[in-house]
Amino acid sequence: MNIHEYQAKALFEKFGIAVPKGATATTPEAFITALADLPEGPTMVKSQIHAGGRGKGTFTNGFKGGVKFCKTKHDALEIAGKMLGNTLVTAQTGPAGRKVQTIYFTVASEIKKEYYLAILLDRNSSKPVIVASTEGGMDIETVAHDTPEKLFKVIVDPAYGLADFQVRELITKLGLTGVEAKNAGKLIRNLYQCYWETDAAMIEVNPLITTPTGDVLALDAKVSFDSNALYRHPEIVALRDLNEEDSKEIEASKYSLSYIALDGNIACLVNGAGLAMSTMDIIQHFGGTPANFLDVGGGATKAQVIAAFKIILGDKNVKGILVNIFGGIMDCNVIATGIVEAVKEVGLTLPLVVRLEGNNVVAGKATLDASGLALISGSTMADAAQKIVKLVA
Amino acid sequence: MAILITPSTKILVQGITGDFGGRHAKLSLDYGTQVVAGVTPGKGGLFFEHGTHKVPIFNSVADAVKATGATVSAVFVPPPFAADAILEGVDAGLDLVVAITEGIPVRDMVRVKRAMAGSKTRLLGPNCPGVVTPGNGKDSSGGCRIGIAPGYIHKNGHVGVVSRSGTLTYEAVFQLTSKNIGQTTCVGIGGDPVNGTSHLDIIKLFNADPETHGIILIGEIGGNAEVEAARWIKEHCTKPVAGFIAGATAPAGRRMGHAGAIVGGAEDTAAAKIAVFKECGIEVAVTPSDMADALLRSAKSKGVTLT
Repeated sequence: MNIHEYQAKALFEKFGIAVPKGATATTPEAFITALADLPEGPTMVKSQIHAGGRGKGTFTNGFKGGVKFCKTKHDALEIAGKMLGNTLVTAQTGPAGRKVQTIYFTVASEIKKEYYLAILLDRNSSKPVIVASTEGGMDIETVAHDTPEKLFKVIVDPAYGLADFQVRELITKLGLTGVEAKNAGKLIRNLYQCYWETDAAMIEVNPLITTPTGDVLALDAKVSFDSNALYRHPEIVALRDLNEEDSKEIEASKYSLSYIALDGNIACLVNGAGLAMSTMDIIQHFGGTPANFLDVGGGATKAQVIAAFKIILGDKNVKGILVNIFGGIMDCNVIATGIVEAVKEVGLTLPLVVRLEGNNVVAGKATLDASGLALISGSTMADAAQKIVKLVA
Repeated sequence: MAILITPSTKILVQGITGDFGGRHAKLSLDYGTQVVAGVTPGKGGLFFEHGTHKVPIFNSVADAVKATGATVSAVFVPPPFAADAILEGVDAGLDLVVAITEGIPVRDMVRVKRAMAGSKTRLLGPNCPGVVTPGNGKDSSGGCRIGIAPGYIHKNGHVGVVSRSGTLTYEAVFQLTSKNIGQTTCVGIGGDPVNGTSHLDIIKLFNADPETHGIILIGEIGGNAEVEAARWIKEHCTKPVAGFIAGATAPAGRRMGHAGAIVGGAEDTAAAKIAVFKECGIEVAVTPSDMADALLRSAKSKGVTLT
């Protein structure tokens, strides 16, 4: 689960991580009250959407930049009006963009130098890793690729926690001394505590800055959480912004379906994540394009199949559907009956290819054949994929 | 022979009184698996009954082990209690803990894995379909089935299968059995980013098992476990190996169902992993329908008989 920058910074403050003073507004009327909380002087105006690349984004109304520096609060007021309620398109939003529903004003801090700091899971060691770099404010993938010697990693032993010598190591590598080193050490320790205690999946601070007065501040904050752990963090669940999530994905989650929209025109409905991914792959292998990832889980009940069809059909690009179910434990005939009833209920008119395999598959195929529906049976994944690709071509 | 488990392995089920655990305990009993104990705190002294089977339930894993000699556990307990259940199995000195539970917090697994360092117990999973060593009876019954895989699709034989994904494992096993090629052991290592046993651990076991003549290695996008296994295969494994990687069409940064299936960088894409497979002499299945055929191609080129 992702949260907004302003929410992440509020969380940071709870953990004693220094951030520039800021205030939010969700209506033009609230701009003045929000700005009244900030001192006179240079102010940042930041569009709050979950996607990255905001600064270089463009609004659909032509206004450039979802993050702007303003010399005065008066300018900030004017700029905020151009952002709020408008749709921001960035490299990460896709062409549809995201509507900006919250503006975050912050004091524009004086920057001495920018750094990069992140905490996430190191999959190779199954331990948390702190990643730091002297190249702040840049795309970290580029830094890792072009100048790997400027990227430093410290792996934390979860049994002991972050050790002081590791903090000193990071600070030394970042080249910080004196009061900056002291402040950075405190920030790194608190950031790790925040990561660990909130079950964060990843915390990224880019840039982390030093100021001419020796302060160390998190200028930006990107935080995501492990969705498996949300049950023990109601205070984090409360930060969820449904406006930022795909409505079809939200609908799918109500039926325990895992759905992700893609750009193609062949929808697929599959049981199991690995099989669902491979079904997308095999569609592409035979020249088609998958419209989605959809995992109905181990079951594939009638209610789930109906919900899945409705979600799939909500995507207007879809020209055909491929159902691929390996009914291991479940009776294929029960699944087939569910598919037939679902097709009748939603009045499906698009081409539908069904590949059913597993327990009691003969009876299941007979049910599909006897349904009188214009669905086509596929014998293997390859056969089914080729059939649906041909039908939508 | 087989790896990890044999038809005579005695297993216990943690969470046997839950719907999920109970249903699959029954299927394992039907398959002929030696399910000798159940564990549910507070229900010790009761019995789990299925047909003529009467499986005693214990309050703790330690009690169950002491009374029955079980050496392997299947964990079906809900996510908030699963980490504790795994560690209880480790504390009781089990050889193997198979964690079926899906949705365990990553932080819990990070702690469990650290706590298990140096212990004799092997963990399989979590979020895995389990492990099956097929038997010689009808529909491969008489074997050892731990977890949630359909038993009847298997056939006793000489191919080892290892995968992160459940249904994709079934797909591979089904293709093999349809071609009359049996399996030694089929292992699901689970779809989570932090899991106990890696692809490489299983590959090493298959390589050392004289009964295993060929291996199917199924992977996904995310992480570098498949790459690590492939490089080892190149150096040490002379058996035919076929590989498949799911997720070639998955967009970067989106989690594809499994918590571990997410492309983070250039190294963990399907294309990158497939390239390493090829470089390491693994016969790559072009599509998921091609997994058994890919192994046959590899076996033929190495002059190995799989049946």
